[in-house]
Amino acid sequence: MATKEFKCKVCGYVHKGDKAPDNCPVCQAPASEFEEIKKKGLDTNSNVYTIIYASIVVVVVAFLLAFVSGALKAKQDENVILDKKKQILSSLNINIKECADPAAKYAECVKGEWILNSNGDVVDSIGGFDINVSEENTKPLEERKLPVYVCEIDGAKKYVFPMRGAGLWGPIWGYISLDADKSTVFGVYFSHESETPGLGAEITQPKFQNQFRDPENPKHISRDGKFTSIAVVKPGNTCEDADYVNGISGGTMTSTGVNIMLKEGLGQYEQFFNKED
Amino acid sequence: MGLLSKKSKEAFITPIWGNNPVTMQILGICSSLAVTAKLEPALVMGISVTIIVALSNVVISLLRNTIPSRIRIIVQLVVVAALVTIVSQILKAFAYDVSVQLSVYVGLIITNCILMGRLEAFAMGNGPWDSLLDGLGNGFGYAIILVIVAFIRELLGSGALLGFQIIPQCVYDAGYLNCGLMLMPPMALIIIGCIIWFQRAKNPEL
Repeated sequence: MATKEFKCKVCGYVHKGDKAPDNCPVCQAPASEFEEIKKKGLDTNSNVYTIIYASIVVVVVAFLLAFVSGALKAKQDENVILDKKKQILSSLNINIKECADPAAKYAECVKGEWILNSNGDVVDSIGGFDINVSEENTKPLEERKLPVYVCEIDGAKKYVFPMRGAGLWGPIWGYISLDADKSTVFGVYFSHESETPGLGAEITQPKFQNQFRDPENPKHISRDGKFTSIAVVKPGNTCEDADYVNGISGGTMTSTGVNIMLKEGLGQYEQFFNKED
Repeated sequence: MGLLSKKSKEAFITPIWGNNPVTMQILGICSSLAVTAKLEPALVMGISVTIIVALSNVVISLLRNTIPSRIRIIVQLVVVAALVTIVSQILKAFAYDVSVQLSVYVGLIITNCILMGRLEAFAMGNGPWDSLLDGLGNGFGYAIILVIVAFIRELLGSGALLGFQIIPQCVYDAGYLNCGLMLMPPMALIIIGCIIWFQRAKNPEL
């Protein structure tokens, strides 16, 4: 006679019989706590089963992920491009949240996506958008392709420069737009991957970014035709040699990262700033 | 068995307060410290974890009788990692702004101890329906603690809630300062400690 086996889920006692006992003889748990142990033809603990099971799981998951990734790739790339356009528009003081169609607005404002070399010469007047700035930063300065976006806001010419640097925990990046004199700051945009919320991450906030576009106290990246960058100083400190903004209290490492990013990122374009149009 | 038998109800209710995964089982502490400086990421993290712990609980519960016991942890991890990856891919395609905001947090869900804890302790031995409720209950329990901690930290640390300034400027003019320490991870630990203290003082049986 084939008897069924029931296991108590509370204490693990195994009962043999046609049905579960009313009470567990060991821990007095009611019959509902008993679970039938199903005898299977397959030994789930054998080596062969384990290896086959693992292989099947891996293959199934791999196909599933490949499928999801493949199906969503186009949509994701679109989002990445749109997001980049939004960032560039933000650096031109355009409020993205009030903008119904950022892609159309971008086409309207951005007139050229140039590629420069470190001598400030225009190598190519298209294709600047597709340059990967963090990749270019790993090359020697002479070989870098430097993108610059030539834009028009209310009839005035603006230049937008991308920057990329390192914060405390991960990369930070941003865009800075200059007036046609290539010195007066028109607007900025900063973002980050993983800076501390409430501290370093405050570089994305208007409170920090508005310092760059204070109409009463415009910031310049050069003095007497010489590139000085814009210093990010500890709140309360000043800087004699360059225009400066206050960093984030408690976010010193990130503020320093922004300072270096501005200096090195814009420094690559020094020759371009010195050129007459 | 009815849809909400006593056991199912218990699976859902107890983790929310009485047997809370964070304050009673001390699971998922790492992410509770990392994402609670502001209320918004805490909310989104709570929701994401709830969805993923519920889904992975169901998947593991369906597979529980076939999983070889020697590699069960690996199988659980693969299921969790696959689900997290899919969720993050979907977010990137359809809710790009949210995924940018969450950045590393979504990936962090894989290492959340609550997931492994629930899969190992509950889903491996219970049916899919109970497991779903258990997952939801634990997710909510986790989310509640996150929201409480983030509420206190953002209010005292930044004077704001969900990014909106709550403490008026006149209070600052009178000499009040935001408590910068609140934004540091150790304060989250201290707040969670206080919640545990409160909970056990209320209920001496624990």
